[in-house]
Amino acid sequence: MEIFGVPAQALFGQLLIGLINGSFYALLSLGLAVIFGLLNIINFTHGAQYTMGAFVAYLLLNKLGLGYWAALVIVPLLVGATGVVIERFMLSRLYQLDHLYGLLLTFGLALIIQGLFRNAYGSSGLPYTMPEQLRGGQNLGFMFLPNYRVWVIVASLAVCLSTWFVIEKTKLGSYLRAATENPALVQAFGINVPRMITLTYGFGVGLAALAGVMAAPIYQVSPQMGGDLIIVVFAVVVIGGMGSIMGSIVTGFSLGLIEGLTKVFYPEASNTVIFIIMAIVLLIRPAGLFGTQK
Amino acid sequence: MAAVLSSAAGTRNGLQRERIAFVAMAAVFAAAPLVVYPLFMMKVMCFALFACAFNLLIGYVGLLSFGHAMFFGMASYATAHAAKKWGLTPELAILFGTACSALLGFVAGSLAIRRQGIYFAMITLALAQMVYFFCLQVPFTGGEDGIQAVPRGRLFGWIDLSQVWAMYTLVLVIFLGGFLLIYRVVHSPFGQILKAIRENESRAISLGYDVDNYKLLAFVLSATLAGLAGATKALVFQLASLTDVHWSMSGEVVLMTLLGGLGTVFGPVVGAAMIMSMENYLAQLGAWVTVVQGVIFVLCVLAFRRGVVGELIAWQHRREK
Repeated sequence: MEIFGVPAQALFGQLLIGLINGSFYALLSLGLAVIFGLLNIINFTHGAQYTMGAFVAYLLLNKLGLGYWAALVIVPLLVGATGVVIERFMLSRLYQLDHLYGLLLTFGLALIIQGLFRNAYGSSGLPYTMPEQLRGGQNLGFMFLPNYRVWVIVASLAVCLSTWFVIEKTKLGSYLRAATENPALVQAFGINVPRMITLTYGFGVGLAALAGVMAAPIYQVSPQMGGDLIIVVFAVVVIGGMGSIMGSIVTGFSLGLIEGLTKVFYPEASNTVIFIIMAIVLLIRPAGLFGTQK
Repeated sequence: MAAVLSSAAGTRNGLQRERIAFVAMAAVFAAAPLVVYPLFMMKVMCFALFACAFNLLIGYVGLLSFGHAMFFGMASYATAHAAKKWGLTPELAILFGTACSALLGFVAGSLAIRRQGIYFAMITLALAQMVYFFCLQVPFTGGEDGIQAVPRGRLFGWIDLSQVWAMYTLVLVIFLGGFLLIYRVVHSPFGQILKAIRENESRAISLGYDVDNYKLLAFVLSATLAGLAGATKALVFQLASLTDVHWSMSGEVVLMTLLGGLGTVFGPVVGAAMIMSMENYLAQLGAWVTVVQGVIFVLCVLAFRRGVVGELIAWQHRREK
């Protein structure tokens, strides 16, 4: 069977890979958007924290014998806790200054984390064993669908949508949105805004770590895994605009799909297609597809 | 970013001090090869010019470009290609490389100045990554190997640049020339308008200035000079490689400028010299260099935002009061 002159198997295979990549773009850009909303900084450490998530999962499995399912819960909490420490002792000192300093600080932290992992584990990737329950796959006739990949897509969608629900539809979320608009006023109503900021950063970092755990069985666990990914995610964020939570989810998944399609029809451009889309969006709608110009 | 940048220059005293400092700096770089390896000093000068070009944008227009490696690296490739494959003389090869980065600067700048602040940084970073992938894939860059054994050739078809003193003099002239050009631009009426945009963009617009044009011009100028630095570097090391276009190079130039002092005239030069020496002496530590760089970043941002030269200026101010 062929579609547009491309074997169906290749087409669906790449679309699936695209959806997987899209899941990670969505999770990571969602975390960036949540952090940016309240803290007004771009978290450059996000890629390093994603790497950290994968490494901590690897260490839990190989040193403590704690498997994938435990890691899914423990790792985001652990890495999120390091985020809380970073926010409390470093980022909180920078809120009075230009936002670019936050970017520079988190870039420095990313270098430190990446360098430390490279010292300890070298540059080559480490394999992470897939959990038993998710091995194997379904034969759909036109393609083979590995169970783990389905799980990643479903889990990431679930996490993204529940984050959207919490922020847009609950009382806690309304505090958060209010604090984004006007922190001083919200504080005057007796809500502890600094603590909310700290926890928000911890949550965003936790999302990155969760993405790292989910990525560990698919990609190899390596110190560089986050460095290049985060730049693509930045482009995704510029395309979507950081104004809306739903926007970053939709943009993340669709850009993953577009990247997958490019791999089928014009593989030479598959690395650059997202950046090219970014350039086009900047020309037509500088604020981003879902953004509002501040 | 502007708050810490209030400059010392402008006053008569400051201007005179800067002139003395410039002469001293020129003398130090001219005499340095007597004590330090000339090749190392040439590297320092290339990166100092690169950092000065970057500083023009962040220090005087308030735009943080996180993708300056694309201009540095692209010019480096273009120069190496022109010198090796087309057999151009070194001055023409450098000119060609610089022109390429100016063109790239125009394209990237037109896109990036459509957003401000953090978005500007992300856009430049993403565009630079696109250039990186481009260089990784096109055949003329030689992929992972880069372009090696680039001939230095004869300057104007006459002076043999394989002689160390000749190459050193050329690099010194390019560096000092680029430095003076930036100095001149910063202190011109054009530079004053750039500072006005940095301090308050809406006010500059309301005064009738076409802000986007000024920003683009500054961006292209900065890209061109970064390219000049990269082009020179390609001839000095006779090599153009992927390292020059990678995002870590963009990070490095940010670090040099931050450490030396954002928005100070001499800061980037001091910062470049410090980072280059550190990398030179810590080279055997391998991946720890990245960690040390990260720590310097964090310390600079948290406790040392004025940088080395900025602190010196502030100290002088306190003493004069």
